[in-house]
Amino acid sequence: MLEVHNLQCTRGDRRLFSGVGFRLSDGELLHLYGHNGSGKTTLLRTLCGLVAPTEGEVRWNGEPIRQQRDEYAAELLYLGHKNGLKDDLTGIENLLVACRMAGDSVKENQAWDVLERMGLRGHEDLPARVLSQGQQKRVALARLLLSNASLWILDEPFVGLDVAAVAFLEKVVADHVAGGGLVVLTTHQEVALTSGKVKKLRLGWKEDGHV
Amino acid sequence: MVNIYKFASPATFYPVAGKIARVSTWIAVLLLAVGLYMSFFVAPTDYKQGEGYRIIFIHVPAAWMSMFIYVVMAFWAGVGLVFNTRLSSMMAQALAPTGAIMTFIALWTGAFWGKPMWGAWWVWDARLTSELILFFLYIGFIALQGAIDDTRRADRAGAVLLLVGVVNIPIIYFSVKWWNTLHQGASVSIKNGSAMSTIMLQTMLIMTFAFWAYSIAVALYRVRSIILEREKDARWVSELPEIRR
Amino acid sequence: MFEAFRTIVSRDLLLAMRRRSDVLTTLFFFVIVVSLFPLGIGPELDTLRLIAPGVFWVAALLASMLALEKLFFVDYQDGALEQMLLAPQPLSILVLGKVLAHWLVTGLPLVLLSPLLGLQYDLPGDTIITMMITLLVGTPALSLIGAIGAALTLGLRGGGVLVSLLVLPLYIPVLIFGAGAVEAEASGLGGAGHLSMLGAILLLSILAAPLATSAALRISAE
Repeated sequence: MLEVHNLQCTRGDRRLFSGVGFRLSDGELLHLYGHNGSGKTTLLRTLCGLVAPTEGEVRWNGEPIRQQRDEYAAELLYLGHKNGLKDDLTGIENLLVACRMAGDSVKENQAWDVLERMGLRGHEDLPARVLSQGQQKRVALARLLLSNASLWILDEPFVGLDVAAVAFLEKVVADHVAGGGLVVLTTHQEVALTSGKVKKLRLGWKEDGHV
Repeated sequence: MVNIYKFASPATFYPVAGKIARVSTWIAVLLLAVGLYMSFFVAPTDYKQGEGYRIIFIHVPAAWMSMFIYVVMAFWAGVGLVFNTRLSSMMAQALAPTGAIMTFIALWTGAFWGKPMWGAWWVWDARLTSELILFFLYIGFIALQGAIDDTRRADRAGAVLLLVGVVNIPIIYFSVKWWNTLHQGASVSIKNGSAMSTIMLQTMLIMTFAFWAYSIAVALYRVRSIILEREKDARWVSELPEIRR
Repeated sequence: MFEAFRTIVSRDLLLAMRRRSDVLTTLFFFVIVVSLFPLGIGPELDTLRLIAPGVFWVAALLASMLALEKLFFVDYQDGALEQMLLAPQPLSILVLGKVLAHWLVTGLPLVLLSPLLGLQYDLPGDTIITMMITLLVGTPALSLIGAIGAALTLGLRGGGVLVSLLVLPLYIPVLIFGAGAVEAEASGLGGAGHLSMLGAILLLSILAAPLATSAALRISAE
């Protein structure tokens, strides 16, 4: 369970948001939206523990995330604006490295399977720098299929994907939520979920929202 | 504990700092006047080093302060890093220029003292070299803080640098000393100078307290400016009489 | 924990193999700096032999510093650093892995090449061996200490110049004991004392520098 109390973040002199609070239980998805510059990315990074809030607290299973960094990290999968891919590594190498760093032991044939399901057949062996934007995104997202993390935090996961890939990703997210997982994501489009509960949070208005 | 947290708030500390700074300024002026008079007219001429030795009444307190201020900065920075108190990071930032100036004075007066004593403006003496490295450390801290726009990152990055520096200072001093003894011949040890008379020691102490008071005063004036700069949007700042005018 | 350490070391070595030019730049910088001194000072072999330890060590120090800029910057840009920070292992282990890989591609080649350059300075065999040992012990310490500076200046304007300002004063003990050991050995005094001090500095940097670097990375990546 992810709980957020009275969160406030400032960047330089500017207050991005304040008084943000919500609670997300197992099998729930939080759809975060708001205009550009409303602090969506910063909020996601705060939820991960990458940014320390100026006020307030993020709790995971009742305990502040600062006090259980490694345990929380094992439960968390964050995919940000930047894909975290190495230009000079192939798709398969990138996926394997990313999974191993996150503590998931993944066999090589599993990784091949997953890249194929992501629609990258025939491109697994190419260095990431020659892949298109959308293909790079797919390599990064392939981690979702291999991860054991229960909390997914995804920053604009649908950007750059074609229609088929969007549909596939929606299904992956829905399956995760249906299986009792938690998802926090930002996107400008409606998320179609077949099961589970969708919460919405809007950032960037005077009255920063409570869910 | 309540008291500590109360004073850790910039709004309460601002007026307190102003009062202490004013008192310290007067103490500094008074002690400096007495100390300078004593160093020029009361302290006797050194039978070995002549009149030139009088520069140590400025040199030694400056060198002491330069080292002391760095440790104080590291202390405040460490407090700021651990307890996330903004004021302590501001104190570290406010002390840095004073520390750098003290180091600079110590180096400059050291050169002035070295010319008549050693016959050279600069001698690779262990203490002078360490002082020079300390100067580099101060400049590094100031440059790092200046390069970072976000104040919170500047505070915390500076704190890490100061803590790394404070761990390194003994190692640096020790290695420079060893290096110096290995290359003996160029330098003359200060130790075999004359024993200090009581009046000289008193003068030195008065000057040290004068420098001390000066540092406190200047650092507090500076921290007041930093508080105003960082809290310019806060209501208590706009209600200050000197702002409203 | 060891798995993540191994993953990051092998990843960085693989990346270095695919971008060999970065490795060679540092190495050639070292070679050129060392070769410039005789041109500036004159070809007197007696003088050259005298200044060789200092020249080699200052050149190694500058080369190591030059390579620092790349240490975390690419990871910072492509988002791999964020994933490192969110890995369930202690960050300092990953930092240690990165620094090890970095040293293997930027530090070790200098150590291996130094005997050849030693011949340019007409150094006797014993001195060359001592030089290699001191570089072998000292350059990892330089990489570890330098990593702190690289992490602190991550993504800042003019980070390259700033990092030298922060790091060079901290390099001084390594320089003193490294060059001192070679000098002491060459003059027949025996460099064992200096060398053990150098070893102590390396040990201390292995223990403390990754912690400071991790703290700095968390601050800089925020």
